[in-house]
This record gives sequence, C-alpha cells and structure tokens, in this order.
Amino acid sequence: MITVKNLCKSFDSKLVLDNISISYKPGNCSLIIGASGSGKTVLLKNLVGLTQPDSGEVWYDSHLFTSMDETARKDVRRNIGMLFQGSALFDFATVEENVMFPMDFFTNWSREQKLERANFCLKRVNLENANKKMPSELSGGMQKRVGIARAIALNPKYLFCDEPNSGLDPTTSIVIDRLIQEITKEYNITTVINTHDMNSVMEIGDQIGFIHQGRLMWEGSSSEILDAQCRELNDFVFVSKMARQLKGME
Amino acid sequence: MNLSISNIFESVGDYWLLMKRAFRKPEKWGIFFKQFITESDKLIIGSIPIVALISLFIGAVVVIQTDKNMNNPLIDKMYIGYMARETLVLEFCSTMVALILTGKMGSNIASELGSMRITEQIDAMEIMGINSAGYLIAPKIVSATILSPLIMLMSFIVGLFGGAMVVAILGMISMSQYVTGLQYSFNPWYVSYSMIKMSVFCFIITSVCSYFGYYAKGGSQGVGRSSTKAIVMSCALILVFNYLLTNLLL
Ligand SMILES: Nc1ncnc2c1ncn2[C@@H]1O[C@H](COP(=O)(O)OP(=O)(O)O)[C@@H](O)[C@H]1O
Ligand SMILES: [Mg+2]
Repeated sequence: MITVKNLCKSFDSKLVLDNISISYKPGNCSLIIGASGSGKTVLLKNLVGLTQPDSGEVWYDSHLFTSMDETARKDVRRNIGMLFQGSALFDFATVEENVMFPMDFFTNWSREQKLERANFCLKRVNLENANKKMPSELSGGMQKRVGIARAIALNPKYLFCDEPNSGLDPTTSIVIDRLIQEITKEYNITTVINTHDMNSVMEIGDQIGFIHQGRLMWEGSSSEILDAQCRELNDFVFVSKMARQLKGME
Repeated sequence: MNLSISNIFESVGDYWLLMKRAFRKPEKWGIFFKQFITESDKLIIGSIPIVALISLFIGAVVVIQTDKNMNNPLIDKMYIGYMARETLVLEFCSTMVALILTGKMGSNIASELGSMRITEQIDAMEIMGINSAGYLIAPKIVSATILSPLIMLMSFIVGLFGGAMVVAILGMISMSQYVTGLQYSFNPWYVSYSMIKMSVFCFIITSVCSYFGYYAKGGSQGVGRSSTKAIVMSCALILVFNYLLTNLLL
C-alpha cells in the first residue's frame, strides 16, 4: 500500500504537481493517465524519491518515505522495481547480466542460483534465448521485457512503470500491458503505471487517476471512465472524432 | 560556461557531495574490486599505446632540438642526454601526458556517464538501492590515481628510448655519450615529484570528468556540452595544480 498526501512539486516557480493525494493498493494495476507534460513522470519520480517533493508525504505501508535518510530509503528501494520509459537497460551488460545485476548487490546467491533466477524471470516475460545479447541488439518490445524481468528479479512489493508501451506497436503494447497485469496479480504487487494510452486504461486499469496540469482531476475505475463528468478527462479520453460521436458529444 | 560566483560555489559544493557519496563504503567489496580491474584495463592499459607513441616521438624530437641548440663547442655533447632526461621527467611525462590523458580518459568518462544519465541508467541503479556514484565513479578515480604514476614512468622510459633511437639513427653523439648524459647528476626525487604530479592530475581528470558526466542533462547535445566543459575544466585545474605542486615539491 502506497499513500500519497498533499504532494507538491515545482520547477523554477512552475507548479508541476499541485497537491496530489492518492493511494495505491496491492494486487492492483493503478494507472496515472494524462497528456504529455501533465506531470506523470514527475509524480512517479517523487514516489520513488528520484526527485524530492517541495511538500507532502509519501508512505510505503506504515513508513514515511519522504522523511527517511538515504540508508532507510535504500531498504525500501530493495522492494521496488521500476520499468523506465526508455527501458534504461545497462548497455555495458548482456541481457542476463542486466537481470542479475540487482542480485549481485543484494543477495549472496551463487552464480548458478542467480542464473536460475534470471532465467526464471526472462521466461516469465517470454524472452528466452536472448541471454547473451546486448541491449542494443534487441527490439523495443524485447528491451521492455528485459526491463520488466530486471524489475521483478528480487520479487518487489512495488512496481513502477513509466509509459511501458510508449514506442511500441499496438499488439506488442497489449502483450506488455497484460504481462504487467499478470505479474501484479500473481505476486500481489502494488503496481503504478504512467500512461497516455487509452487501450491500456481499458485493458488493465484497476484504478485510474487522471492528472491535468499537475492536478488530480478524477479518480475511478475503467468502467466508470466513459461516463465520467469531468470535462478535462472527457477531452483527454474522447480525442478522436469517432470517439466523440460514439459518446454523442457532437 | 556560466562563471558567476554563486554558480562556482554551487558546483564545488555539488562536486564535494558527489565525492563523499562515491567514497562511501561499497555495498560489496568484491564488486568494487571487479570494477577496479575493469576500469584499470579501460583507463590505464587502454592509454598505454597513445602515451607510448607520443612519448617515443617527443623523446626523439627533444634530442634533435637540443642537439641543434648546442652549437657551442665548449659544451660537452653528452649534455644532450642530460637535457632530454630533465625535460621529460620534469614536465613532459607528467603535465603534458596528463593533458593528453584528459582528452583520452576524460572525454571517455564524461560521455559514458553522461549517456548513462540521460538514458536513466543511473536512475535505474538508484532505484535498485545501489549507490551509483560508488559503483561507477569510485573505481575510476581509485584506479587512475593509484596506477597513473606507472604511466608516467612508462612515458619517461619510452621517451628516453625515443631519444636513443634518434642518437642511433642520426649519430650526432655516440650512444655511450647519450647514456652518460642520462646518468649525469641524476636526481631521483624528480621522478617521484613527477609521479606524484601525475597521480594528482589523474585524480583531477577522473573526478572532474565524472562530476560533469554524472550531472549531464539535456539529451545527447547536453552530453556533448558537459564533456567539453569537463575537459576544459580538467585542463585548467591541471595547469593550476602543476604550478602549486611545483612550488610545493621542488
Ligand atoms: N527536471 C525538470 N526541470 C524542470 N522542469 C521539469 C523537470 N522535469 C519535468 N519538468 C516539467 O514538468 C512538467 C511535467 O513533466 P513530466 O512529468 O515529464 O510530464 P509527463 O506527464 O509527460 O510525464 C513538464 O512541463 C516538464 O517540462
Ligand atoms: Mg513522462
């Protein structure tokens, strides 16, 4: 369970996150949706402490993350997996070394044990026979899979995904989305996903928060989103002419 | 480059904090040692060919130039060897070689860390709870600072050998005269002085270039910009510290 209370963040006097309060439950795929530049990435980075909020609190279960020192944060972070927008695979390492990287630091497993776990994770994301490849030799979708495998390498309790299907074709997007959803349910992970893709929203969104210009304008489930009474949200959801006609807006 | 006073203080402060973070106790000494070996191979072993090549030719040129400038028949020609030795050991093999290494290792470090920063690889390490500065920066600084005096020694020996080659080919003096010159009034402290300088210079190169790379921002252009800044700053600091150390040690 992650709880966010009154989070604010500005860059050079530009308010990017405006008093955000929201909570995320285990076993749920929680989505943060919004247009490009609305503040999704900044919110995610504040949640994991890659940037410091100006004010507000982030709680991991009963631990106040925002007031922790570096050492205590590290302990929380060992339970966090993150999938970055550009995958952020280590380009000096092969696929299997990427997945084994966190194990090298935080376990005392033998090489065989690490390899076994890495193979398990890679198999889980349906990526076999790519162990010895370098990240630059992989397609975008394969890189995302390795990113997911690396993120789940140490059985995280929390999983953060920044635009997991940006730059992927629609079919691969759905595969990646479903994969994240399955893993979330299977291991009861608290998963938070940034996206601007309505397909993902309808496919995997257990809980959806809509951000517009740094403010949380709407919260609900994917079944409620189509009937929401929020103008900014409707403008975001029903962008295409076809969708507007279906909704009867024109 | 923005050189306002407050900016300089801020940068020095950030640099200092980064160094403190880099030199925290490593998560695992085994990983640190492995990185130390990798970096030594890349930074030190990798620099040997270029340093050797340049030293060989500079040694040769110094001998020719000294010969051309010694047309007073009262001065013993064996002084050619003496002059070559002094030029090489006092300035060339430390300061000049360090400036060359700034171009070789410095730009390598700044662009490597810079591209890891902008592709979020550094963030990915931090999320795992890994001290990215400790993993990426400390082994570079330690290996360059400890091992670079050997580069200085190698440069010195190869330079003298380059001089000997010219003596053998052009025969302006006999080889035994050259060797007598090399041994004439030899002060071993000069070699130590030069090795100390080299070590300090390589600390400057690796730490300053790491700093600029680590905090690069603004896409690939930003990486280019911070490499340039890193090299300009390293060269300037090398020249200043050359002056200070010479005052202090000679
Ligand atoms: N490090 C930063 N410095 C200054 N402004 C930033 C920084 N990071 C993000 N911003 C600004 O915050 C806003 C939200 O960005 P972001 O969260 O990346 O949007 P998105 O919803 O597309 O992920 C943008 O206007 C962006 O320019
Ligand atoms: Mg974003």
